[in-house]
Amino acid sequence: MITAGVDIGSLTGKALILEDNNIVAWSLIPTNPDSSVTVQRAMDAALEKAHMSLDDLDYVVSTGYGRLVVPFAQRNVTEISCHAKGAHWFFPEVRTILDMGGQDCKAIRCDDTGKVTNFAMNDKCAAGAGRSMEVMADLLQVPLDDLGELSLQIVDAMVPISNTCVVFAKSEALSHLRRGKHRSDILAGVCEALATRVHSLMQRVGIESEFVISGGIAKNIGIVKRLTDKTGLTPRISFEPQVVGALGAALFAQESLRREQQA
Amino acid sequence: MLTVGVDIGSLTTKAVVLEDSKVIAHELVLTGESSREAAARAVQGATSVAGVDIGDVARFVSTGAGKSETPYEGDQATEVLSAVRGALFYYPSARTVIDMGAESVRVARCGANGRVVDFGTNDKCASGTGTFLDTIAKALELTAEDIGPLSLQAKEDILITATCAVFAESEVVGLIAQGKDKASILNGITRSIASRVYGLANRVGINKDVIFIGGGAENIGLRKSLESLIKQELLVPPDPQLTGAVGAAVIAQEKSKAQ
Repeated sequence: MITAGVDIGSLTGKALILEDNNIVAWSLIPTNPDSSVTVQRAMDAALEKAHMSLDDLDYVVSTGYGRLVVPFAQRNVTEISCHAKGAHWFFPEVRTILDMGGQDCKAIRCDDTGKVTNFAMNDKCAAGAGRSMEVMADLLQVPLDDLGELSLQIVDAMVPISNTCVVFAKSEALSHLRRGKHRSDILAGVCEALATRVHSLMQRVGIESEFVISGGIAKNIGIVKRLTDKTGLTPRISFEPQVVGALGAALFAQESLRREQQA
Repeated sequence: MLTVGVDIGSLTTKAVVLEDSKVIAHELVLTGESSREAAARAVQGATSVAGVDIGDVARFVSTGAGKSETPYEGDQATEVLSAVRGALFYYPSARTVIDMGAESVRVARCGANGRVVDFGTNDKCASGTGTFLDTIAKALELTAEDIGPLSLQAKEDILITATCAVFAESEVVGLIAQGKDKASILNGITRSIASRVYGLANRVGINKDVIFIGGGAENIGLRKSLESLIKQELLVPPDPQLTGAVGAAVIAQEKSKAQ
């Protein structure tokens, strides 16, 4: 049984091909302003790696904020359900999932089958989303991938960022920079602020072990480390945290297919 | 009597010289890194335009985000009170004042006696502030002066769904990629900001006459959008960016007279 999950987010598009219980291939690409282009490119990239064509796929499920524009998907499932399902596949003991992407952040609770029991979400404000990291990386001219590590290398002391709004925090960070504060000390303040905000979102649904982080933010050690300290739990992170949602979608595709075959 | 009002905002600092019931000079400078220096420059500029000696000023009152950092001995007044006093200076019929600055938006309701009855501010979020509009103007490669008139030339109705300025910027980039015209995008953004300000005004309550002040009041598109939501004409004083500073100078007069 070969299925695929396609996760179209605000900043990246992901596709993953699953054959029975094996991940055959996956792709991760930046979004195109035209969602249909993102869909096509993400799927093509995964198919190419798997040496397959669209016809080889028995069932496709789409998810993410662009999930309605995937023409070859037989079904779409919300990203919250997909992240829980995908996280459960990687870590069967998972009970709390934090998924942070470019434009939103979700704290999800699930049961021992990977089914969602509760969630809280921020999709209104960039201050609690991955986009804030991009804005700061851009401002401080630090590659996004290095930002987390740098935020842990405090030189003098963390520079606290008092503004919530990313637009205001950006001016605040800039004025600290002009006053000669170290970039890493400012980044420490930036990461601390995001981690605090995310932690309070998690507290709204309750935090229970095991705790999985998925989405782009899982690649930011500055956030992961601070969340470890705040929750007192060691977060589990899969080898590619950005495809957890696509994996969940591919797993839903398997379920749908089985149901259809039984019917 | 000669008084000076200084409004030290997050983006610009304004000083006005008030002689009895007449504004005789003003100066507007960028605030930059030091509020204190900006205030000194603005006061220096305004008094020299007025041809008065700083020593002849009966009283200084400062307001705005940087009001505690002034180089002159004087009093401080809240932004809300300064906005209301400034609005009443131009329009004694003022009962609601909408003040849109760079990083803040404020709505105050006052009684006939000039006392503030209620007020609300945006507090934590850039949505509905001048900075929001500046961010979008930059994404569209336009200057702040262009955006008001251009927003009135929209070809179609575009709904901006993001509340957050950061997300709205991405949304605008997407709209540009779809080939939408700048005027229509700006119109959508302007209406989105107006609806945020309107929401705030509704919470505070809107009584006639409504006065619109601050840098935002210079944007004709924003003014028209707000008028259509509030279903009332908005009165805009001359140089609406200076109204808060005028209010501070009026408060300085009141304080001097009270002594």
